[in-house]
Amino acid sequence: MKKARAVAIVAFAQSPAVRREWARDDVELLLPVIQAALGQAGLRKEEVGFTASGSSDFVTGLPFSFVLALDAVGASPPIEETHVEMDGAWALYEAWVRLSLGDVDTALVYAFGRSSLGEPRDVLGMQLDPYYVAPLAPDAISLAALQARALLDSGRATERSLAEVTARSRRNAKANPNAQLSGDFLPEALLDAPYLVAPLRRHDCPPISDGAVAVVLAAGEKARAATARPAWIRGIDHRIESHGLGMRDLTRSPSTALAAANAGVSQGSVDVAEVHAPFSHQELILREALGLDGAVDLNPSGGALAANPLMSAGLIRIGEAARRVMDGTARRAVAHATSGPCLQQNLVCVLEATP
Amino acid sequence: MKEKPRVFPAPVRLEYRASAGRGLSRFLASLMEGRIVGQRCPLCAKVYVPSRGACPSCGVALGGDVAVSDTGTLVSFCIVNIPLADRSLPLPYVYGSVLLDGADIPFPHLLQGLPVEEVRMGLRVRAEWVPGGERTPSLESIRCFRPTGEPDAPFEDYQEHL
Repeated sequence: MKKARAVAIVAFAQSPAVRREWARDDVELLLPVIQAALGQAGLRKEEVGFTASGSSDFVTGLPFSFVLALDAVGASPPIEETHVEMDGAWALYEAWVRLSLGDVDTALVYAFGRSSLGEPRDVLGMQLDPYYVAPLAPDAISLAALQARALLDSGRATERSLAEVTARSRRNAKANPNAQLSGDFLPEALLDAPYLVAPLRRHDCPPISDGAVAVVLAAGEKARAATARPAWIRGIDHRIESHGLGMRDLTRSPSTALAAANAGVSQGSVDVAEVHAPFSHQELILREALGLDGAVDLNPSGGALAANPLMSAGLIRIGEAARRVMDGTARRAVAHATSGPCLQQNLVCVLEATP
Repeated sequence: MKEKPRVFPAPVRLEYRASAGRGLSRFLASLMEGRIVGQRCPLCAKVYVPSRGACPSCGVALGGDVAVSDTGTLVSFCIVNIPLADRSLPLPYVYGSVLLDGADIPFPHLLQGLPVEEVRMGLRVRAEWVPGGERTPSLESIRCFRPTGEPDAPFEDYQEHL
């Protein structure tokens, strides 16, 4: 087998995350984002070799919503296209595999989620095992609270350290025009808030966000032609843990650690990390699993605590990390995405300024 | 020994709000007024009815509203012999695709006013509207399509829209 070609992210666009995108439908939400990303890459739609998307019909409450969303791409005459019923970060992985094969040079990856149309707490419960857990009807926040309680009981985190995660995320989000929640908050003041589901307070949980994201990938010379400074994918890997929540140590993320090792996170210093932690305590678990030290600029975008469009927030993490490599802020960046309850599935991507 | 399988009920219910989007909302609003609007693609010039967010061929936002006629041509149809959508209709009845004059996308609706054995491609039909005060932002504001009595449209006029 010949050596796989270098593949890079060359464009990234997202819609501002909002509490409710009411006027526009999925296609109307996606269209400007996809056009902006293709425009950045200097690609016409006819030049896109492969298209991959991530979304969930359960989020929108509409069967085959991912097929309808293809209107935003212009899929006629027929295109080569695929969809994952999960975060768009996994669609990006599929596109990376496709480009690595060598017969296609460019790919468009997009994701969207109008989380506000349903009740995300309940919608996310639909992915639980249908025999032993789903009939108990635990919602997403309650499951995260179980995980947070286990972490606090382990002695590796305190309620104050959770509040500090939120305070830093919201502070960082002040510089992100696409964030939904931002501002200066003192951890002490945050700790005065009542519990939502103990030990989690409302600010430990992500906002309900509607939004869309698009990323363009290109291989080899096509990447260099698209932008002066592509964000080269040096390593990317994703791993899954048991569906059974009782069969996992919820306070650790071995799948993240394994994906990080395979992606080569520790093979150089990390300037920026964008970590997909919808709940504050999950950032602490992920930081440990990724082996990130205090010198890393962690979630400069504000992360999922500042904006959490379902099925898009993970791909946005990759896009935000790539943007910092492309604009020269970072030489080496790590992006992480998660899917499933309590960090069940995790993807890690290492991006560098040189291939 | 035969054991009966054990069964437990696990009811699931999710509730959603729905929003039609900008393009479709304008179409639904036009039905309230007894009109039909579509949108024209700025690249391929096709007129979409109902309006939608984007031209699926070109991948661009559709342009402004275009009024289309409530009269058109039946381009295909099926004779329904089992009560499905509306049990109040006597069987058999006809459901068909109507290409409205000025539109490029056929539009599905109920056809009435002609014995089913006389229904044919090319038949000229017109919308029968429910009275103004009873209209809703839905296709039910058009009760059905009925033959206009004009001569049939020639096949060449609609062959691209089957």
